[in-house]
Amino acid sequence: MRQLRFATIGSVDDGKSTLIGRLLYDSKSIFEDQLEHVEAVSKRRGDEYVDLSLLTDGLRAEREQGITIDVAHRYFATPARSFVIMDCPGHVQYTRNMVTGASTADLAIILIDARHGVVEQTRRHSILTSLLGVPHLVVCVNKMDLVDYSEERFKEIREDFENFAARLNLHDVTFLPISALKGDNVVDRTPDLSWFEGPTLLHHLENVYTASDDNRIDVRFPVQYVIRPRTTEHHDYRGYAGTVAGGVLRVGDEIVVLPSGLTSTITGIDSADGPITEAVPGAAITILLADDLSVTRGDMICRPHNRPRVVQDHEAMLCWLDSNAQLQTNKLYTLKHTTRSTRAKVSEVRYVLDISELHRKEPTGPLAMNDIARVVIHTAEPLLRDDYDHNRVTGSFILVDESTGATAAAGMLLPPRE
Amino acid sequence: MRPGITGLEDEAITIIREVAACFERPVILFSGGKDSVVMLHVAVRAFAPAKLPFAIMHVDTGHNFPEVIEFRDRCLAGFGLDLTVASVQAAIDAGKVADAPSRNPLQTVALLEAIAENKFDAVLGGGRRDEERARAKERVFSHRDTFGQWDPKNQRPELWNIYNTSLRPGEHFRVFPISNWTELDVWSYIQMHNIELPSLYFAHRRPVFRRDGMLMAETEFLHAEAGEEVFEEQVRFRTVGDATCTAAVESSAVSIADVVAETSIARVTERGATRADDKISEAGMEDRKRQGYF
Repeated sequence: MRQLRFATIGSVDDGKSTLIGRLLYDSKSIFEDQLEHVEAVSKRRGDEYVDLSLLTDGLRAEREQGITIDVAHRYFATPARSFVIMDCPGHVQYTRNMVTGASTADLAIILIDARHGVVEQTRRHSILTSLLGVPHLVVCVNKMDLVDYSEERFKEIREDFENFAARLNLHDVTFLPISALKGDNVVDRTPDLSWFEGPTLLHHLENVYTASDDNRIDVRFPVQYVIRPRTTEHHDYRGYAGTVAGGVLRVGDEIVVLPSGLTSTITGIDSADGPITEAVPGAAITILLADDLSVTRGDMICRPHNRPRVVQDHEAMLCWLDSNAQLQTNKLYTLKHTTRSTRAKVSEVRYVLDISELHRKEPTGPLAMNDIARVVIHTAEPLLRDDYDHNRVTGSFILVDESTGATAAAGMLLPPRE
Repeated sequence: MRPGITGLEDEAITIIREVAACFERPVILFSGGKDSVVMLHVAVRAFAPAKLPFAIMHVDTGHNFPEVIEFRDRCLAGFGLDLTVASVQAAIDAGKVADAPSRNPLQTVALLEAIAENKFDAVLGGGRRDEERARAKERVFSHRDTFGQWDPKNQRPELWNIYNTSLRPGEHFRVFPISNWTELDVWSYIQMHNIELPSLYFAHRRPVFRRDGMLMAETEFLHAEAGEEVFEEQVRFRTVGDATCTAAVESSAVSIADVVAETSIARVTERGATRADDKISEAGMEDRKRQGYF
């Protein structure tokens, strides 16, 4: 089974930390010294209960303020699967951290307080999940114990959510009633929720099928590094190292190298374990070609009749990340896309997205931290690019501020404007 | 992502190759400890059949277990790799730092000096996010300013698998290819590839004494004090560092398979069980890391 990387998005009030604590505790994944540490700190602060959020809040400032600032990574495994939790803060001022956590997530968990139902924060988190193309979403209706485990209430919230989410790009949504505090339906089934016929949260996480999330159709191999041993034994070895971004590459395949357009045939695929005959998305491999072409980092190997678009003008959704500088249109940034870096400028902000309502707003000033906007970008060199919807690897990029080195923004490529 | 350890190795190889492509003078930190041994194996495999295009450096506190130093040299000779040693003892002798009972924090001075002297711009380490709570917040490509300092509140966001490697003069990166591996993953990889490790990782009998609830080895670098009784016990080490602050655990695991079995049911983290220096304060690691520690 593939490792599952999932983002938990929410704030303390949602019971998110309690949920994570419950998952780790009931699956016996908390180590004794970690629990002792958390108990000792809770006691010293005079907390009435053991604050399980201390398990994930790793930085001094976070513990002092009792908030999650940054994405924290937690690892646990059950006999069925291994997991990485990317715990993201939920408040609006940490939108950039949610975007960061969601960018690599296979699945996102959003919490709804059963008493309050779908609120502004639920909509914001769902919109971000949709925008970042997280393939699977779990909506946990939490604190069911506070609504008498009412099936009716659960159904009402689900209906509300579905009405709102119909406008979003969410493909696989699972609703679960739980009580993280009481431990209902997180790891174990309990009599109070006997009316619920679906799985427990952990059971769902163990079984959610992610192998089909990769794009296995469109062959995309960004060349990362050229391996040339320059030894007598491997005198003619010239291998193109990289990580498969899409499709399945096979020995014998005809290929084209972009942007040059030169064609050749794959004569060998080397992996860390030696030669293999085919390579799937995510595999770090080295490709050998029949012809001696000039191929360098930043080029892309694909199939002759299935190419990414090679263009310099791009439509994109941009999330501004930099806390110290705002977007300056027509300023030169470094854009990093797959293994290719080029200079880029944002020529126009089409609209700013209201991430609580999915409304389009006219920009009122330069983009600042946490703003998400649709923009037009021009690059000095063409990008070998797909739409983000088709491929998260070849459809994503970052902008780097050349004067500070900061990661200024994250972008998702959109289809050209009609 | 491919299943299991293969997927984690793919990710590590991708990171290591990105370092080779984006930096002028990368170096791998190698102590002979299991994490650095695994990282080195992955790195060598990432560039085969070409030679590893990185320098190798060990920050030697001068208080290392002799078995580990012997293993370190034999392991590198096996790969045909040369070693640079950044010596804490030399820094003490030169009067740059004052000696201390634990030399672990002093490594920072020797490390930063060696980075500056050799103009290293990317320093690869075997740190893992599951080790410790400050490490859980660390980026894969972790930026260091001209003083080698880590600013945890001002880290560059890391999205998808796109790494911002932008650097200004005098700054450098710490890079952690096995960030997402757990202790059990590391051992599973060691088992899968039958990788040799220092003998300290396997159960053996040695004189030990109890201090702060931990089993410390009686060595030339650390002696039992009055009231601490030295006795012989069958132990192994879960981490291998400075002899003055690395504790042993009671164990009967004599083979890699035994250790994998033991690790999969462990109830205490490796650092919690064996690192005296991490117990100093709630933010012991964060504070040391801010100053430039690994």
